[in-house]
Amino acid sequence: MGLKQRLRIAWERLESAFTRSFGPAWNPFFQLGALGWFFYWIVAVTGIYLFIFFDTGVTNAYQSLEEITHAQWWAGGVMRSLHRYASDALVVVMTLHMIREYLLDRLRGPRWLAWVTGVPMIWFVFIAGVTGYWLVWDMLAQYVAIVTTEWFDALSIFGEPIARNFLSPTHLSDRFFTLMVFAHIVVPLFLLLVMWIHILRMSDARINPPKGLAIGTGATLLVLSLVFPAVSQDPANLATVPATVQLDWYYLNLYPLFDYVPRPVMWVLTVGFSTFLLLLPWLPPRRRAAAALVDLGNCNGCARCAADCPFNAITMRPRSDSLPYEQEAVVENDLCVACGICAGACPTATPFRRRSALVPGIDLPQLPVRELRERTLAATAALAGPARVLVYGCAHGTRLTALQQPGVATVELSCIAALPPSFIDFVLSGGHADGVFLTGCREGDCHHRQGIEWTRQRLAGERDPFLRARVPRERVHSCWSGLARTTVAVRQLTAFRERLAALAPTERGVPAAREEAGHA
Amino acid sequence: MPSPLAWAGQIVAYAAFGVGIGYLSLYPAYTHRDPEQAQIKLSFAHAGVHKEDCRRLSYEEISKMPPGQRRPHDCSRERVPVTVELEVDGQVLYAATLPPTGHARDGVSVAYQRFMVAAGRHELIARLRDSKRAEGFDYEHRAQIELAPRQNLAIEFRADKGGFLIH
Repeated sequence: MGLKQRLRIAWERLESAFTRSFGPAWNPFFQLGALGWFFYWIVAVTGIYLFIFFDTGVTNAYQSLEEITHAQWWAGGVMRSLHRYASDALVVVMTLHMIREYLLDRLRGPRWLAWVTGVPMIWFVFIAGVTGYWLVWDMLAQYVAIVTTEWFDALSIFGEPIARNFLSPTHLSDRFFTLMVFAHIVVPLFLLLVMWIHILRMSDARINPPKGLAIGTGATLLVLSLVFPAVSQDPANLATVPATVQLDWYYLNLYPLFDYVPRPVMWVLTVGFSTFLLLLPWLPPRRRAAAALVDLGNCNGCARCAADCPFNAITMRPRSDSLPYEQEAVVENDLCVACGICAGACPTATPFRRRSALVPGIDLPQLPVRELRERTLAATAALAGPARVLVYGCAHGTRLTALQQPGVATVELSCIAALPPSFIDFVLSGGHADGVFLTGCREGDCHHRQGIEWTRQRLAGERDPFLRARVPRERVHSCWSGLARTTVAVRQLTAFRERLAALAPTERGVPAAREEAGHA
Repeated sequence: MPSPLAWAGQIVAYAAFGVGIGYLSLYPAYTHRDPEQAQIKLSFAHAGVHKEDCRRLSYEEISKMPPGQRRPHDCSRERVPVTVELEVDGQVLYAATLPPTGHARDGVSVAYQRFMVAAGRHELIARLRDSKRAEGFDYEHRAQIELAPRQNLAIEFRADKGGFLIH
């Protein structure tokens, strides 16, 4: 097991601890992106409020903030504190989000766009934060202004050093300060634009955390603002040296390095690291899985594949052949992650088909539905004894090898929702196994975003294609244990088999109700 | 409905989140410079003289020029580098020959240096050469200064104001 895999398991264990307290729906680790949006909006709203009262001239900025903070502590003071703490929280969730997506390998294929746009977002967040601290014009602002301008002077792109603007009190002017005010407003707007591009390829992107989580985090920041309000440090004075400063370590964590690392080297490090991050989706290069394929002869244009695709890779367009349907599915190859959820949603992907070849309207080249039926039959053929179970699992969750034991066969899919529900019916009604065990990623955190939810809805009869009512539900079990909680899956499988043993065994070879795929 | 233990876990998690955000947004404090010392900053943006003297053009040369571009002198753009020296209590803190900026080397020479020195009384000498002379300096400024801890003393050169200025 490689280092990344070990780290991933450790990470999943950490997240599982939060699931125990928050449940899968409220687990903050599953909502990091949405929390980022939430904190962004808090920062934006509080920033607008502060801007109304803020004096944008360098000579009065400090005093105006003092008045906002103290004269109207109940409004302006709280707003200022929320502005700071939500900004800090944004850095926290952004960092965790990045680490998480890397460890869970959710940056490759079409997801490269989300990853790559995340890199400039980091820069924008930090620029917005640094310029924000600048505007307070206290000793910290003075420190930030001098270190930052000295760093930019290392680029030698200015006619004369911009750090000269802070040489002495007589050199201070509104010119630079106004530029920072402008940057502090414009950069967050650019950030918003990139945030929008960041989620462009996701269908139903989560930009709002669950209410409970929003209330919890929002209330925490509010309590923090009341108990520990954000205040200015001593006013800036260019006649003195900001010898000791109280840094916001979320935004200014690199600044102490400037005292030890030459400024040009800091450019090399920061730009180099950013470039490294930009290249990560292709490091190391891997062969990309083939995109889903549409077979027009079997596509009736029902649009279920388009509705279920988590990455907006399928669009419905006017029919291009002579079949009497209005629409046809079209796959955008660049957007397809080859999860197979579309094939799992296709009503023609039924293993009961006998009179015509099992070619569904949309299929995955690396594991066509026909191949899935063959694997199912091959895996179950060797099953013997009581409580025979067929496990369908996804490639990103529980390791199926850990579940293998006498009387249990496994079939792996790219995503659990790539399994058409009719396969469960096929296995049980044909007596190929006494029970079907579905496993994969953790609830609330499907690798392909919506596979678990779509599977749950299909089994519950809430989403097409339904699992037929005739399928005995006591013979179907779902276990969303993820990679790190294999023991949970093993335990649930054992308990499931014990329950099955108490039921009458299914008889192999009892013909299933014959049906031909209806193009409905 | 979450169990009491789950609620307790949430409360602990939110508390840790709040404390983590609040603490690291201000602590620990960072000492950027020794608070017992003072700082001297030397900075200027000043152009040396032209490397070559202007040459007066002859009547024939001027008459060959397009009417709208006629001028009496032909001057090279390149300037000489500026040499600067800062001495504190007899010790040279900084000595450099600063090339002119710009591709044509026709811009200002720039300096931006800072030095930490002990607080207290110091004798300071700043010298600058911006001419074509090979040795010596065109400007020199001597001063007795008293520096308090954390004081920032800025030394600037402004030819239009007579040379070195101490802020």
